[in-house]
Parts: sequence; structure tokens; C-alpha cells
Amino acid sequence: MEKLEVKNLNHHFGFTEILRDINFTLSKGKILSIVGPSGGGKTTLLHLCSGLLDVEEGSITNTFDSSSFAFQEGRLLPWKNVIDNIALGLLAKGKNKSISTQKAKEIALKFGLEEEDFLKFPKDLSGGMKQRVSFARALVVKPSLLFLDEPFSALDIGLKKELQTHLIEISKEENISILFITHDIMEAIRLSDEILLLKADPGHIAKKFSYALTQEKRDDRFVYEESAKILQDKDIIETFELNTLELK
Amino acid sequence: MKFILKILKNLPAYLWSGWGAIASILLFIAFWDIGNQIYGNLVLPSPLETFKTLYAMLHSQDVWEQIDITLYRASVGFGLSLLFGSVLGLIAGFFATASMMSRPVVTILVGMPPIAWIVLAMIWFGMGDETVIFTILVASFPIIFVGALQGTRTLDGDLKEMADSFHLPWHMKFIDVYFPHIFSYIFPAWVSGLGMAWKIVIMAELLATSDGLGASLAVARSQLDTPTALALVVIMIGSLMFIEYIILEPIKREVELWRS
Ligand SMILES: Nc1ncnc2c1ncn2[C@@H]1O[C@H](COP(=O)(O)OP(=O)(O)OP(=O)(O)O)[C@@H](O)[C@H]1O
Ligand SMILES: [Mg+2]
Repeated sequence: MEKLEVKNLNHHFGFTEILRDINFTLSKGKILSIVGPSGGGKTTLLHLCSGLLDVEEGSITNTFDSSSFAFQEGRLLPWKNVIDNIALGLLAKGKNKSISTQKAKEIALKFGLEEEDFLKFPKDLSGGMKQRVSFARALVVKPSLLFLDEPFSALDIGLKKELQTHLIEISKEENISILFITHDIMEAIRLSDEILLLKADPGHIAKKFSYALTQEKRDDRFVYEESAKILQDKDIIETFELNTLELK
Repeated sequence: MKFILKILKNLPAYLWSGWGAIASILLFIAFWDIGNQIYGNLVLPSPLETFKTLYAMLHSQDVWEQIDITLYRASVGFGLSLLFGSVLGLIAGFFATASMMSRPVVTILVGMPPIAWIVLAMIWFGMGDETVIFTILVASFPIIFVGALQGTRTLDGDLKEMADSFHLPWHMKFIDVYFPHIFSYIFPAWVSGLGMAWKIVIMAELLATSDGLGASLAVARSQLDTPTALALVVIMIGSLMFIEYIILEPIKREVELWRS
């Protein structure tokens, strides 16, 4: 059984402690979200898990066959147009040019990009379009493990919901496991089997929340109710410093 | 192939945009004519006379031979700088130590006046092709070297990481990730290197050889034949403008469409 197992993970940048004693397991076909305040070390954790950063203390065991990454800042190749950017991962896997382009076009349309955008360079795309291209590039290779770093943060609520639905569908169809970072609690509740709350200074897991109901059955009502519940959780309030923001 | 077609397709529109340039050249010629009326024919022959001389020269076999000789020297010198500058610059860029070690050498090469190189080359190689080619090489090599070095040094670490995360094979990494970035630095360096080569070839010929355009210029000077001298200058400038605006600029435009 493929899985990603993180044990007693610590990480420092220079003398600053960024992550302390992180433990979790992501098993096949599951979606695990990490929520936490900005600068708390979420991106760092994701980079460690994906092998982009070297593990210093503790261990990360990744037995997934393949993985791909959608970066927080997109990281598109500025000299390639939308389709060629999306097709990059497919070409890297040795797929031929015409099949790759075909698949790239299909997924681009599915993600709400229009035919007239296909030949645009990243400099001519909006922030949300860049995000969708980056997300499409990661998803089109059908990896068995997907790392997503705030993939929907620049999208309007309509598009966000549409892409979340696509993500759930594709992950069920292809049995893809996902490690997901988000700031949006409702998004985490809609998508995740488990949510890790990463508290800052240094980043450590303050609490885990699990949701047993399968994603397809989670309607708006479920999401709203669970969100309301979780926002009253003591640890959430403390981590995001919600109480200090109360109007006097 | 598709690429070349695209360049050709966009060429008319590009040329059309050249009207402004033509207007400014005509204005320049007008001032030139005023200068002629003030200072007289010996100091500054009129544009008309110059172009007549030019026309006559272009019909003479001998002038074309001189142009050939100069072109040959310039191309060999520039070709060598292009090759060595690009390759060594790339290598130096990939290794931090190499790029640090190369800095003083580059400073010396850039700082040394070409005229000093010509003198040294004349002592080392005598009067002939080698002297000219050597001088071009030392003058335009550092420009290209620095361009290649900068291009390699400034590669985006984030994009490299992205390429690793998608397990790009090495040839894709080079063609799709490194090359376009490096090219956007190295190509302008090639263009300036070429301009430099063209200037240096004339200067070196003037001082160190008995043939080529530069030497013809020296002869025109000694005979106080100003129209011929100016006609030669027009040939030099005209050919450089042709290469730069008709050949290089359209290529650059197509290759750099992705830039804002
Ligand atoms: N390469 C680096 N070198 C030094 N410090 C770094 C580096 N990358 C990140 N940091 C620091 O690590 C901390 C965590 O950064 P990280 O990017 O993981 O936060 P994050 O939780 O993803 O934040 P956000 O939600 O805003 O994206 C920050 O204080 C940041 O300054
Ligand atoms: Mg982040």
C-alpha cells in the first residue's frame, strides 16, 4: 500500500526553528489538508514532503509511485504559452507532442480557460488564470500523490467550487492522494479526510480533525455547519488569533 | 522551419514600422547638406557627391574585393568570439569559482583599449589577417562572455525546482528551462559583440594591413579624397544597419515575444 509517512520531523532555516515534531500519515486515496497562519511553515512542510528540501531531522517515507506539485506562486515558464506549460509534465514523462497537447487542451477547457487564451504567455494571464494553469499542469499527469499549495487562493467562489468538484471527481476516479494547503477552512472541510492545524512559531501540529463522510456527499449545509463548529474550536481560535480581532 | 516562416510573415509589418527611422535618416542627410554648404566640399562633401562616389565605387571590382576581405576578417574574428565567448561564459556561469576567477580577466580585457591590442598584435603577428582577427577576438570576446555568464548566473532557482518536481529529463531541462533564459541574455551580447567586431575590424585594418575597407580608408585619407572616405563610411554604417535591423532585430522580436 502506497503511503506518505512523516515522523518526528523538525526543520530549521539557519538558526530559526520552522517546524517542530511533525507526525502524520497520508494513505492511498486520501486527502489531507494543512491549515494554519501565514508564515507558519506550511509551504516548507510541503517542500520537505515532496523532496524539494532535504530532511534534516526526523524521517519522511514516501512510497507513492509518482507525484507532482502545484506551487503557491505558479512557477510557470514565462517563455511558454498556456498549453505548452500544461503539457510540460506529460512531455517529461515521454508522451508524444500531439497527445500531450491534446490532453493539455482538454484539461484547460475543463478548468474554465478559453481557447483564445491557449496561446497566451504567462505575462498576459490574470493571477487566477496562472493558478489554474499551474494546477492543470500538476493534475494532468495523473500522479498518485498530488502536492497542492493553495491552488485556489486567487479564484472567485464560483470557480473555486467548480475546481474543487473537479478535484474530488478526478481524485476518486484515479485514486489520487492529495496533500493540500489552504487558508480557507470551508475549502478544507469540503475536500479533506483529515485536517491538520499547523500552529506557528515554531510550526507544530496543534490538532487534527477527521471527516468520515465521503466528499461527494458533502453538501453546502454540511460544509457550513462543520465550519461553524470548527471556528468555535479553542485551538483554531488561538492559532488564528481570532479572539483578539473581536470588535469592542 | 515554422519559426523562420513566422519571422518572414511578420517582416512587412516590422519594416513598415521603420518609417520613423527613415525620416530621421533623411533629416540627418539634410543637416549634412547644410554642413556642406557652410564648410565647403573639401571638408564635408555634399551627400549627393558622396552617394555618386559610392555608386561608382560599388561598380568597381576592386571595392568589392576589399569588402570581401574585410567581411572575411570580421566574420572569422566574430565567429571565434561567439564560439569561445558563449561556451566559456556558460561554463563559467555554472561554476561559482570559475565565474569569480574570470572576473579580473574580463575586467582587464574590457578595460584595455583596443588600440593597445592592435599595437601588441602587430608586434606578435606582423601585418596581416592574424593581427586583425586577434584584435576583434579580444575586443568582442569579453562582451559575449559576460552575457553568457550573466545568463547562466541568473537562472531562476524556483523554476529549476519546478523542473525537478516534474522530473524533466536533462535535455528538456536545458531546452525548455535554461536555454530561453540564457538566450535572452546572450543574444543581445552577440549583437553588441558584432557591432564591436565591425568597428574594430576597420580600425585594425587602417593601422595594420594594406587591404580591406580600413586600409582603403587610410589611402583616401592620405590622398585627401574626402568623398571616397565618406562613401566608405556609408558602406560600413549601411552594412551594420542592414545586419542589425533587417536580420537580427526581427529574430530577437520573435524569440522574445514572451517578455513584456
Ligand atoms: N528558503 C528560506 N530561507 C529562510 N527562511 C525561509 C525560507 N523559506 C521560508 N522561510 C521562512 O520560513 C517560515 C515559513 O515559511 P513558509 O513559506 O513555509 O510559510 P507558509 O505557512 O507557507 O506561509 P503562507 O501561508 O503565507 O504561504 C517563514 O518565516 C519564512 O520566512
Ligand atoms: Mg506558503
